[in-house]
Amino acid sequence: MSWQPAAELQVLRRRAQLLATIRAFFAERGVLEVETPLLGSSGVTDPAIEPFIVPDGEVLDTPRFLQTSPEYGMKRLLAAHGEPIYQVCKAFRDGESGARHNPEFTLLEWYRPGFDHHALMDEVARLVQTCLGERPMHRLSYRALFIRELAVDPFTATRDDLALVASEYADTGSMAGDRDLWLDLLMTHVLEPRLAERGACFIYDYPASQAALSRIVQEDGVRVGQRFELYVDGVELANGYCELTDAAEQRARFEADNALRRERGQQERPIDDRLLAAMAHGLPDCSGVALGVDRLLMLAIAADDVAEVLAFPWRSS
Amino acid sequence: MASYSTNEFRSGLKVMLDGEPCSILDNEFVKPGKGQAFNRVKLRNLNTGRVWERTFKSGESLEGADVVDRTMEYLYTDGEFWHFMEPDTFEQFQADASAVGDSHQWLKEQDRCEVTLYNGTPLSVAPPNFVELEIVETDPGLKGDTASGGNKPAKLSTGAVIKVPLFLSQGEVVRVDTRTGEYQGRAGKS
Repeated sequence: MSWQPAAELQVLRRRAQLLATIRAFFAERGVLEVETPLLGSSGVTDPAIEPFIVPDGEVLDTPRFLQTSPEYGMKRLLAAHGEPIYQVCKAFRDGESGARHNPEFTLLEWYRPGFDHHALMDEVARLVQTCLGERPMHRLSYRALFIRELAVDPFTATRDDLALVASEYADTGSMAGDRDLWLDLLMTHVLEPRLAERGACFIYDYPASQAALSRIVQEDGVRVGQRFELYVDGVELANGYCELTDAAEQRARFEADNALRRERGQQERPIDDRLLAAMAHGLPDCSGVALGVDRLLMLAIAADDVAEVLAFPWRSS
Repeated sequence: MASYSTNEFRSGLKVMLDGEPCSILDNEFVKPGKGQAFNRVKLRNLNTGRVWERTFKSGESLEGADVVDRTMEYLYTDGEFWHFMEPDTFEQFQADASAVGDSHQWLKEQDRCEVTLYNGTPLSVAPPNFVELEIVETDPGLKGDTASGGNKPAKLSTGAVIKVPLFLSQGEVVRVDTRTGEYQGRAGKS
């Protein structure tokens, strides 16, 4: 059993340098650094994200959830003060382990009142260039990406159409699922590797079914979630939203997530009533984004495995 | 057999897929920013040797396959089957041509081989990495020609044909790397 760190000392130094660069970037722009709890009384409802749960403790009356992102706490701060804020913290996701995933990882998350998602993409681009050096930053809509690369419209194609296209690229055996499953399969198996050739590229405006916590608008005859992802050299680096601010719709989305969880035999999650109360009080129009700091460091040193940038990766933590 | 979830898939794990025993070679976890996570898994079909990639939803599971690797002594072939013996228990196993495959050309009686059993029956046979075999047929040796670097075909006692240096003669015993089929030297020398 090795007690030695996985990352080399020069990589740990690069990490410290990146964190200093990030803090200087936001200090210069008047964005306030904040901290919110890592152990929350509610967890994320998204059926594709599983939190770690702390079941008991002397001061716990109900189980607590290690936060999968600091989003809910930060939105409560936004509702209270309306100030631009950022946070660098650990986030935890059960089951996410691989060459680009460590179940415990470092996130940079920030919120910009008054920004739409395109304005926030501009700022993300500047931050990434500040950290990784100048490079062209491309922008392509989710719809244009699928049509250009696969000649299929991700908004109007039927589930069977998408499954058929997917079957050209992957052997999935008897896998079954909805439209989003096949879209995700095409994204991860075909499009993400091709995005590597585009260097740095934002993909924006997702199908409403993949809006997560972004605002949904009607555009070109389809319902679009104002969400974006940034891929750098094929690595998914950041996920952002023009934020949903409507408390009633937020509640409906939480409940729909839990309905899907029930249907799939997953445990339902308690809904964060404090977040909903904050949104009812009034969340300013804003955009927010979460960026993986470990992956940023991977890109900075051209690492193939996240373990190379962590002092103690999951298996030796 | 136990069943294994995608996050327990490791290289070397033996599982049943579509009714076939398979060995996992590689397991890659992929997930879009939001949404469904997948495992892209490379497997070798232990019956056919074919390697392919299958995608699973993360969290899905497969039954383990009753596949074990055992070291056994090669006894003899009767033309149809190759017979092996577990040295501790003296238990004997017969492997057919599809299990033995190309390994037959390296099997020498009493050598230790790795026999892979599936539900108690040999599925594949791996010869030792190095075997020593007698040359039964080759052109006459050029005595003293150890420097010219040329070589010639030689047929070995098991039927394998390899390339050997010109100075070797029929009746000599040579050491062969069974993974490459390459001559390594005269037996007893390194």
